[in-house]
Amino acid sequence: MDKRTSTKSQAPDSKQISMTKNQYSKQNRLGYWILGFDDYLGFGFWKLGILAILFLPLVLATGPLMGCQRSKPEITVAGSTSVEPFAELLAEGYMKNHPGSNIYVQGGGSTAGIVAARTHAANIGMSSRSLLPDENDLHPITIARDAIAVIVHPKNPLNDLPPARIVSIFSGQIKNWKEAGWESHPIVVVTREEGSGTRETFQKLVMKNEEITLAALVQDSNGAIRQVVSNDPHTIGYISLGLVNEKVKAVKISGVEPSVANIEVGRYTLVRPFLFVFDAEPAGMAKAFLDFVLSPEGQKLLEKEGLVPATFKVH
Amino acid sequence: MELKEKIIGKSLLLIALSSVMILGLITFFIFEQGIPLISKVGPLNFILGERWVPSKGEFGIFPMIVSSFWVTAGALALGIPLGLACTIFLAEWSPPSFAMVLRPAIHLLAAIPSVIYGFWGLVILVPLVRDRLGGPGLSILSGSLILGFMTLPTIISISEDSLKALPPTYKQGALALGATHWQTIWRVLIPAARSGIVASIILGMGRAVGETMAMIMILGNAVQMPSSFLDSARTLTTNIGIEMGYASGDHRQALFATGIVLFLIIMGLNSLAIFLSRRRMGS
Repeated sequence: MDKRTSTKSQAPDSKQISMTKNQYSKQNRLGYWILGFDDYLGFGFWKLGILAILFLPLVLATGPLMGCQRSKPEITVAGSTSVEPFAELLAEGYMKNHPGSNIYVQGGGSTAGIVAARTHAANIGMSSRSLLPDENDLHPITIARDAIAVIVHPKNPLNDLPPARIVSIFSGQIKNWKEAGWESHPIVVVTREEGSGTRETFQKLVMKNEEITLAALVQDSNGAIRQVVSNDPHTIGYISLGLVNEKVKAVKISGVEPSVANIEVGRYTLVRPFLFVFDAEPAGMAKAFLDFVLSPEGQKLLEKEGLVPATFKVH
Repeated sequence: MELKEKIIGKSLLLIALSSVMILGLITFFIFEQGIPLISKVGPLNFILGERWVPSKGEFGIFPMIVSSFWVTAGALALGIPLGLACTIFLAEWSPPSFAMVLRPAIHLLAAIPSVIYGFWGLVILVPLVRDRLGGPGLSILSGSLILGFMTLPTIISISEDSLKALPPTYKQGALALGATHWQTIWRVLIPAARSGIVASIILGMGRAVGETMAMIMILGNAVQMPSSFLDSARTLTTNIGIEMGYASGDHRQALFATGIVLFLIIMGLNSLAIFLSRRRMGS
């Protein structure tokens, strides 16, 4: 009796509820199928809890993506592991000048960087090799030039190697340091992995048609090669000139020391471009960052790290 | 109540399906990416080819299959005797108080990230091998030693579980018949727990075949056919790991194709192991 009166007094409400309920059950066949009930308005908090748990990952995943579009200015720069350490320095410099903005620098490799620029996974792609013919639709901008240095252990007495000797060492024709003018010990050649911009440049400019020996140790970054060469006196490798430190020795090539001065006058020719790759004409914050990189301040930063400024014409 | 059960059941089904679905997706994706290249190069050329020069379009992974085999064999040669000795000691000889310390320490071995193993190997083991035994130090021997240690927690914890799961009557019966403690272990307990021990070794082998990061750091990654344990080598996993970043086009597909071969090898190994351990149980 009581129950009936109470229902009656709330009649308009319950009518509305049952209508909505019907609409829901019709519209949410998928929900019915998944959860096995269509009592959408009668459910308790625990059901809401289950739904929340099921959808929480989704919400969490989309949150940052949505936030990304309207929050403070930020860009992603991705690609060549050779350019990465320099890009990080530049990003630091830029962020110091523009508080509140963010630049994320990621590695992955030249090819990955070019792909990232094309697919917009990154605002700027970094490449340490020139673009291939099928990548010509992109906009490459040279931010600096980098020399590749052939490095040995400081204990190695050889300071100067002619190009032909370097080729015969790296191709495996000479296998013992004795043949190169040192003690009798097998030469351990260290190279970068296939597809690396540094390796491609070394192949093109030094090895030409000769193949780097398959017996060579392969390391996947400049730092790893430097690490291996600094640990083993009988190794020889090649890395970015900017990353040569006191633990390894850069050899002269036919008497020419790898130095910024020699690159600028065109005597040291083992040089490659460092590129920022854009999908379209640079705009917005990406352009602001590029302008900073090409500004005297940015170029000076790179020069201090052993790179050759982009503004300088190399012969 | 019934509704609640239904909801829970279906939610669990969904979650369980999603994990299987991910396996399916990964399988589909590596096959979809890798098969075109294998058919282009020819399955035999791909698997038995001895030259890997992606820039010249030469994709032969035989040296990597051989290297994977040697590195894994070397790891097991260290891991099995060490692991079993440790298991037997833990399960049968160790005073409980000592086992309380030893067991967590072994579990901790599994918690160390592989990059730490790699770094330790690079800094300590590699120079040791280079100075004492020759070669570049970055070699199959160094890799095997590190991998051997990495397989220990898997081998020990699973085979210890299988020894402990034996009915106590086995041990009591053997001892009552006058067998010594060692005879009981060697003649009764280990044969009885064989399937679990084989399973532990197989899982350890899976760990060894699949390990990538530490191997990239220690093996030296040369693409040659290894001719001694002191040579640098490249396994199937490190081939993918080291070249992934820069690969594109055919090269990228070839890495997925390497993944297919790795996938098939691991499936084959596991099936064989399951088959062997079941047959043993049946007889």
